[in-house]
Amino acid sequence: MRKFLIFLFLFSAVLWAQNLDFTAEDNPNDDGSAILLKWNAAEIGAATLRITKLEENGDTTLVYLSSDVIGQYILGDGIQPKVPANFRLQALDVTGNILAEKEVTAVAKAQWFNTNKISLLIMAIILTAAIVYYIFSARSGKELYIRKIAGLESIDESVGRATEMGRPILFIPGTLDLDDMQTISGLSILSKLAQRAAEYEARLIVPVCRSMVLSTAKEVVKEAYLRAGRPDAYDPDAVFYLTDDQFGFVAGVDGIIVREKPAANFFLGAFYAESLILAETGFASGSIQTAGTAMPSQLPFFVVACDYTLIGEELFAASAYLSKEPHQLGSLKGQDLGKAIFLVVLTLGIFLEIIGVHFLKDFLTIH
Amino acid sequence: MVHFFEVLGIWIGALLTFAIFSFLYKDNPFYKVAEQIFVGLSAGYWFVYTIFFILLPNMYNPLTENFAANWIKLIPALLGVMMLMRLIPSIEWVSRFPIALVIGTTSGVFFLRYLKSDVINQLTATIMNPFSGNNTVMIVGQILLVIGTFTGVVYFYFSKKHEGAFGVTARIGIYFLMISFGAAFGYTAMARISLLIGRLQFLLGDWLGIIQP
Repeated sequence: MRKFLIFLFLFSAVLWAQNLDFTAEDNPNDDGSAILLKWNAAEIGAATLRITKLEENGDTTLVYLSSDVIGQYILGDGIQPKVPANFRLQALDVTGNILAEKEVTAVAKAQWFNTNKISLLIMAIILTAAIVYYIFSARSGKELYIRKIAGLESIDESVGRATEMGRPILFIPGTLDLDDMQTISGLSILSKLAQRAAEYEARLIVPVCRSMVLSTAKEVVKEAYLRAGRPDAYDPDAVFYLTDDQFGFVAGVDGIIVREKPAANFFLGAFYAESLILAETGFASGSIQTAGTAMPSQLPFFVVACDYTLIGEELFAASAYLSKEPHQLGSLKGQDLGKAIFLVVLTLGIFLEIIGVHFLKDFLTIH
Repeated sequence: MVHFFEVLGIWIGALLTFAIFSFLYKDNPFYKVAEQIFVGLSAGYWFVYTIFFILLPNMYNPLTENFAANWIKLIPALLGVMMLMRLIPSIEWVSRFPIALVIGTTSGVFFLRYLKSDVINQLTATIMNPFSGNNTVMIVGQILLVIGTFTGVVYFYFSKKHEGAFGVTARIGIYFLMISFGAAFGYTAMARISLLIGRLQFLLGDWLGIIQP
């Protein structure tokens, strides 16, 4: 009987140990610096689960304490790629006695691809292919249609007005640096505006607040005058630096607006709180004003205070619309195809969600 | 002495505030003085800031302290020197290389960043069952979100003329945009009022001492 009880005890202990499920594996989609630990101790009835890391020198480091009998934990500290790491899970009762324990080993590995971002890769490939296709189409002479963008019709009107009145044209390419797409888009439009100003012999004023933008804007304006066949009319002082400070810059530009009284103001780029101050001063001085930004919080001010406003995406489309250059037109058409795909996927996704199928949303979600 | 400079600072601040406010009437010599001080001081401040908080900690100090580990910082330093070539007319073309690098890198980096934040994340946030929800307000809100997103994207489609059913859809999209602009305008106008209150508190509190700041 005694032997039987001992056997029963040992058998139960083995059974409990077998019921303690604990695994350690490489955490997927990373640079090999994390291990994914998973456990299931539901059948043991443990109060606490203690996970420790077994170091090479025999020491142990506490990794995680959990009261959840089923769970997982991603360990990112002290894990080296391609180096085996040993872990021990101990299931403890309320008094701290060990009910069962298990040791596992795992090796972290770096992955070349993050499969959580497959949807991003697919979208990037489709967009890139579409843009390349349309660029080649445009180069081969195919007519690519772009609808009229009202705000851009003001360029000719503004330059003509400035020429007639003998007043300058003011252009502000935003208040951010060259690492912002809006600034680059603004400078693209400046190129076309400067060319038109050179053709009509209208004076251009371009105050900037960033050194990189200063260099680029000077280059853009100079090239535009060369393109117009008027390199002699190029004034190196037309593009000048004021200050990096946001409101210092605004104060300077406001002073220019009230003293020079430009016939036309262009605010095209990234703007913050200065948008309304600039636009209001320009409105008060009687200038014809065109603004464009992708800053949602500043668009309302431009809409109320300017004659024409390029809203968000229109700013990015503007340079293609104005230049009609194949690579810019192709880029815009490729993006339009992307928007069409967006609408199709959106419609399909909503339909699937309504009927209870979540596959598409799960696939698109980037973790 | 400290108290004297404190009072002097408050007086200068108050007078410059009035000088800037005088622009509300019209351009005048007081505004011009305040403007020039503001522009000049801020330009000088950012020049010093760039040297002490960007150039020295990011380039000079790492290179002088541990050149072997930080030699790669010579590349941006070289690009910076190339930018300065603009000052020499005969070789100003050299400055085009760092400009091209910055623009190219920006375009590449932001292509993926915007594709993720403005396309994929926006798409997954809008893919929902608009009729699921705890109450009518939530359901109506979700339906408006879906319609607003769909029509808004249609408005920014440039390859088709805005006419017929497509034009109507685009028009609905611009209505959604204008309503959101109106709400944003009101919200920001309130924030601007708080800026004015801050200035008035400075004048009436710090300067005149009429109110407790």
